[in-house]
Amino acid sequence: MAVIIIKQTVAGEKVTESNSLWMSGNEAIAMAAYEAGVKVASGYPGTPSTEIMENLSKYEGVYTEWAPNEKVGLEVAIGASFAGVRAFATMKHVGVNVAADPLFTASYTGVRGGLVVITADDPEMHSSQNEQDNRNYAYAAKLPMLEPSDPAEAKELLKDAFDLSEKFDTPVLFRITTRVAHVKGVLSKGDMRQSAATCGIEKAPAKIVMLPGNARNRRKVVEERMAQLREVAESDAFNKVEPGDTKRGFITGGVAYLYVKEAFPEAAVLKLGMSWPLPEKKIKEFAASVDELYVVEELDPFLEHHIKAMGVDCHGKDLIPSQGELNTSIVRTAIDPDSAPELFAPAELPMRPPNMCAGCPHRGVFFNLSRMKDIFVSGDIGCYTLGFLPPLSAMDSCVCMGASVPIAHGMAKALGEEGKGKLVSVIGDSTFIHTGINGLINSVYNDSKTVLIILDNRITAMTGQQNNPASGCNIKGEAANSINLEELCRAVGVKHVEVVNPHDIDECRTALKKALELDEMAVVIARAPCVLLPEIKNAPHNPYSTNTDNCAGCMACVKLGCPAISWTNITPEEAVAKGYKEKQKGFAVINEVQCNGCGQCAALCKFEAINRKGE
Amino acid sequence: MATTGNILFSGVGGQGILLASEVTVYALLAAGYDAKKSEVHGMAQRGGSVTAQLRYGEKVYSPLIEPGKADILISFEMMEAARYLPYLHKESKVIVNTQQIKPPAVAMGKIPYPADVLDAITSLGIQVVTVDAFDIARDAGEVKAANVVMVGAMSAFLPMEASVYEEIINTRIPERFREVNLKAFAAGRKITA
Repeated sequence: MAVIIIKQTVAGEKVTESNSLWMSGNEAIAMAAYEAGVKVASGYPGTPSTEIMENLSKYEGVYTEWAPNEKVGLEVAIGASFAGVRAFATMKHVGVNVAADPLFTASYTGVRGGLVVITADDPEMHSSQNEQDNRNYAYAAKLPMLEPSDPAEAKELLKDAFDLSEKFDTPVLFRITTRVAHVKGVLSKGDMRQSAATCGIEKAPAKIVMLPGNARNRRKVVEERMAQLREVAESDAFNKVEPGDTKRGFITGGVAYLYVKEAFPEAAVLKLGMSWPLPEKKIKEFAASVDELYVVEELDPFLEHHIKAMGVDCHGKDLIPSQGELNTSIVRTAIDPDSAPELFAPAELPMRPPNMCAGCPHRGVFFNLSRMKDIFVSGDIGCYTLGFLPPLSAMDSCVCMGASVPIAHGMAKALGEEGKGKLVSVIGDSTFIHTGINGLINSVYNDSKTVLIILDNRITAMTGQQNNPASGCNIKGEAANSINLEELCRAVGVKHVEVVNPHDIDECRTALKKALELDEMAVVIARAPCVLLPEIKNAPHNPYSTNTDNCAGCMACVKLGCPAISWTNITPEEAVAKGYKEKQKGFAVINEVQCNGCGQCAALCKFEAINRKGE
Repeated sequence: MATTGNILFSGVGGQGILLASEVTVYALLAAGYDAKKSEVHGMAQRGGSVTAQLRYGEKVYSPLIEPGKADILISFEMMEAARYLPYLHKESKVIVNTQQIKPPAVAMGKIPYPADVLDAITSLGIQVVTVDAFDIARDAGEVKAANVVMVGAMSAFLPMEASVYEEIINTRIPERFREVNLKAFAAGRKITA
């Protein structure tokens, strides 16, 4: 490798003298989509998929967008494919659940321009509510699935996915996991490819109007296609035997392949770059060539079950864990228990969980909810799910995107009188637009008497500040049409809609109490921008500071759980020495570097111990 | 090029760990190594414990460091150094920024910040280098360069000459921050070199 000089290019990629690039899996996939000739791409942000669309939006000649949810995103991509261009949809694993409806039928319609759907799975649930294994979707939807092991392979494999899609008239599922998406590695620029399709309107009702009569015919085509793809799987195009010691042979794919290569570098390996359909002949031949066969895969025994169904005996989940991520050590120890290393014991330390930022507008809402003891808070997916954590502890359920509103409604219908004035749902602006709207329509239609709080911070914050239909900007940051959330709520029939400033604790409490007392569906929109937005983050701050002489040790500010506020315990002697009452247990201090001047704590302080600097 | 190495970066979300790990990677790539680095994005970044795992060598497969195999632990916060004891071995080098950031239970006064937290590492006979990166960076002209001070302190344990890092800083970091980062790097390297 030559000496590498890094320069920044327009597309954000790092170009080097030796043509080597240092990129994450997601950056590599974005570049590959560009090189594959993708013309239209749509997705919804979700860790670990988000940076694919973010990076792709920086390439010239590719239309990219954030869709309100994954179903819409995939449908946009299907439309572009029908128009004869290469189309791309990106989502995290749970997003595929939302997009499953079009996905299963797109399997029947097939494509014109190549269509690839990214599923970014999150084993270990680093940033997810479950760890479903989306290889099962390939089987269930009768679609081919390709699966790379690292960024360099992802870049080449994605381009092949588009070619495969057009050649076999099928959408292709492309599965990555967190340790491919957010791993950086060395790779190089590649060739540019083009769609074999021609852009234009082409009517093909028998193929793409999925009424029962047409669908029954397409159902047969799907089976023929899968038979042809099984032949592709048998070739060396995606699935290769790496010869080696045949005492132990490994069948593996995805990131698990890398752990096998490190744990058993001498062993024979059948690496599956195509997770579905599987090459039965190749698997049987490989199994026959080794003394003992091990199937190493993360999460479900997907390969193992299908391999056993071929009548091939193998080790798999009898040894390898089916929960959480794997690593080299886990794989080696599972197969050779004696190789377990002796490790230093972990130190006992305070936990450091994530927290809402200093000055986060959500905190004002959750502080008020935490003071209302009899209510049940039905939560949703976003930064604000952290309202669950102490000291606020103001979220009582969280299931999936958009579930907050219907869950509160369902509980209200079950509880009847007992639930009156107690059921609150909390959802962010982006999640509300994703699938919360449907729940609100149901609540209005079926006469819910619950309160919905929309935490409107103008942005999809958790995944790294992506614009959404309420932000007023598109994926490139250009001005875009913006949804007015209060008008939308009124339009679906909500009569009581109130907008409050969540930093104003009193205003917020008054609005929530009023809404809970109403005998109808009520919406409170808590509106203030995310503090991580560049225009807020980079604006001059006007922080608060503590006058500790005035602090009475009431801890009202500490109960906000703001990371800029910390408490110091003191002894009675220290209290007296500082001029406090002897019984005062300590005092609070604001870190002025972290404080961004939201003022929530100052409003709670009754002792004038918290003031703006210079006031 | 038989050398392979595992570097574990640890700290608290927002401390500049990713930039520090990138400068290190570019130096390793310039020296001709293969490398892989694993990061976690999303919910963990909101002020929680964060790590970046960097592996280099002739050919790197796995992006994850095995427990017991971290050759260098570079921690940007004091307590966070002790969180990863199971990743260390007897010969590991540990470079720790002495900055303390209170986790929620400490900030709320429920428990104290653990006293003498680095004893947990030194008592195992592992070499620990403490760096007042915040003060050193301030003296260099910019407190935000504390992460580059840490990279400097770590660089003495890696095979590359200082000039390799200087080249990276000169080409990668925007011109107006170069001088302060070069100073920060040199001050950090002086501690251990």
